[in-house]
Amino acid sequence: MKTYTNTGSKDTRSGFGAGLTELGQTNENVVALCADLIGSLKMDDFKANHPERFFQVGIAEANMIGLAAGMTIGGKIPFTGTFANFSTGRVYDQIRQSVAYSGKNVKICASHAGLTLGEDGATHQILEDIGLMKMLPEMTVINTCDYNQTKAATIALAKHDGPAYLRFGRPKVPNFTPEDQNFEIGKAVQLTEGTDVTILATGHLVWEALEAAKSLHEKGISAEVINIHTIKPLDDKAILESVAKTGCVVSAEEHNVIGGLGESVARVLSQHKPAPQEFVGTQDTFGESGTSDQLMDKYGLNAKAIINASEKVIKRK
Amino acid sequence: MPNTQQLQDLTTQVRRDILRMVHKVNSGHPGGSLGCAEFFVSLYQDIMDRNDTFDMDGIGEDLFFLSNGHISPVYYSVLARSGYFPVDELNTFRLLNSRLQGHPTTHDGLPGVRIASGSLGQGFSVALGAAQSKKLNGDNHLVYSLHGDGELQEGQNWEGIMYAAGNKVDNIISTIDLNGQQIDGSTDVVLPMGNIRAKFEAFGWTVVDIENGNDITAVLEGMAKAKSLTGKGKPVCVLLKTIMGNGVDFMMHTHAWHGKAPNDEQLAEGLAQNAETLGDY
Ligand SMILES: Cc1ncc(C[n+]2csc(CCOP(=O)(O)OP(=O)(O)O)c2C)c(N)n1
Ligand SMILES: [Mg+2]
Repeated sequence: MKTYTNTGSKDTRSGFGAGLTELGQTNENVVALCADLIGSLKMDDFKANHPERFFQVGIAEANMIGLAAGMTIGGKIPFTGTFANFSTGRVYDQIRQSVAYSGKNVKICASHAGLTLGEDGATHQILEDIGLMKMLPEMTVINTCDYNQTKAATIALAKHDGPAYLRFGRPKVPNFTPEDQNFEIGKAVQLTEGTDVTILATGHLVWEALEAAKSLHEKGISAEVINIHTIKPLDDKAILESVAKTGCVVSAEEHNVIGGLGESVARVLSQHKPAPQEFVGTQDTFGESGTSDQLMDKYGLNAKAIINASEKVIKRK
Repeated sequence: MPNTQQLQDLTTQVRRDILRMVHKVNSGHPGGSLGCAEFFVSLYQDIMDRNDTFDMDGIGEDLFFLSNGHISPVYYSVLARSGYFPVDELNTFRLLNSRLQGHPTTHDGLPGVRIASGSLGQGFSVALGAAQSKKLNGDNHLVYSLHGDGELQEGQNWEGIMYAAGNKVDNIISTIDLNGQQIDGSTDVVLPMGNIRAKFEAFGWTVVDIENGNDITAVLEGMAKAKSLTGKGKPVCVLLKTIMGNGVDFMMHTHAWHGKAPNDEQLAEGLAQNAETLGDY
């Protein structure tokens, strides 16, 4: 079985910051906006290097989205930065009308997504943002798994023309994808080959899926792990090809099972090739305060949960 | 009613609680909390007319809403020390399964809290709704609310502020914590807000200034004055000038401690500057 090495844990938000720094040097049309969270979003470097292209809007996210939409008129490529909750639910109608419906090239970059932001608790832990964003026509939705991939996705987004949502997180997590990867929007990445079960994971759950696959391998179960970094447009082909081989699926995400990756997968399967599926995600609940690890354990979002779901879904074949 | 010395002693104890709470979990917001200690103590120990037991509807008593929910440490400490829940429970701040969530919530049933806050800018609307409800109920008690100055940058505030005067909601006293700081720096650097007093006046509010919001006597006087101005057809706003991080010298006058906990040494230093008065939890 192919294995992966953690080259040193880093936060995915720092990957975004590094990507933005590079874009500052390579693309003069890239501008950045932030709503009083420069440090949390790791936008300090871009601000220092390009003060004329950096806009501090204060604690005013709705205004930030509108400003970004306006800046695209004249050819700028705005990257907005705030927490995932304030990047989506807070400003949904602004995104819907001024960005998505108007077809504006705004990149909505969202840190502190999901439970792993930890102690701040449920007011800040959005578990509904993938659903909110994927429902918007013409919106691209990306949830990267580690530092390297987040950096690559940030850079790739500047070349992609159209509204996009990039979701990443707060804690340090294993960094295991290649530093020089070519990030292809909408193209799933197969990480291990398997025949018994397909594990479709996104974001922080991708590493957990690899850990699960290792344990399953020791138990004689062969798991095919696929990194679904782009939830929309979804790589239907990769999913269907894998399930044709394995006959069952586990989806895994740091998000509500309602409205998340799992439901998108279920739609593809039921349309083309129905197969048993188990959903690793939060079960229609808000989060709470706690450490990142405690929360992922309590809400069943780790390797252990993926192993259990895999064993269960195989029995349902 | 407690005398000034007793209120001061409680304020010092509240400062110790704040420091110990955020230190234990290495997270939370000490800066704004420390700056608002005098305000919370005055409100809960003197200014507000409160029932002994908590119920959500709060009929026949004054209500308080915290809009800038990140300063939960000062809120929780004062609620506990005003009898809403056991002081020992402060030990569970931000821990898994606690009622003392990072930001205040009703979801876990903590007595004293009537609405979730944490996502900024929503408190004016909620407090105004509760004030309208009081009027509908023929209940002539008051609604109090607290808001950060950086928080005022959110547009929803101004929708509520406009609504309040337009609808003559004169049973509300909304206080702004004017500490001049927010996460990324001073409010003047992040987004200058101009003359806040003139803005409230232009929106039809009566404005009371408390120049030294970290002086118990000044806070009591200012809030009493604000109270006397209710019921006259206009909403009342208190501009409370505070020092972020007040009472711990190395935390004062800076945004650096907005959302950062002290380490062991810094905790010891902070506690040494605030000697135990009523007993630690
Ligand atoms: C809608 C929203 N946007 C951003 C944040 C992140 N945030 C938390 S506190 C804060 C700064 C608040 O400044 P202020 O109201 O002056 O409070 P102080 O720092 O003085 O305590 C920010 C931006 C948030 N909680 N809610
Ligand atoms: Mg402030």
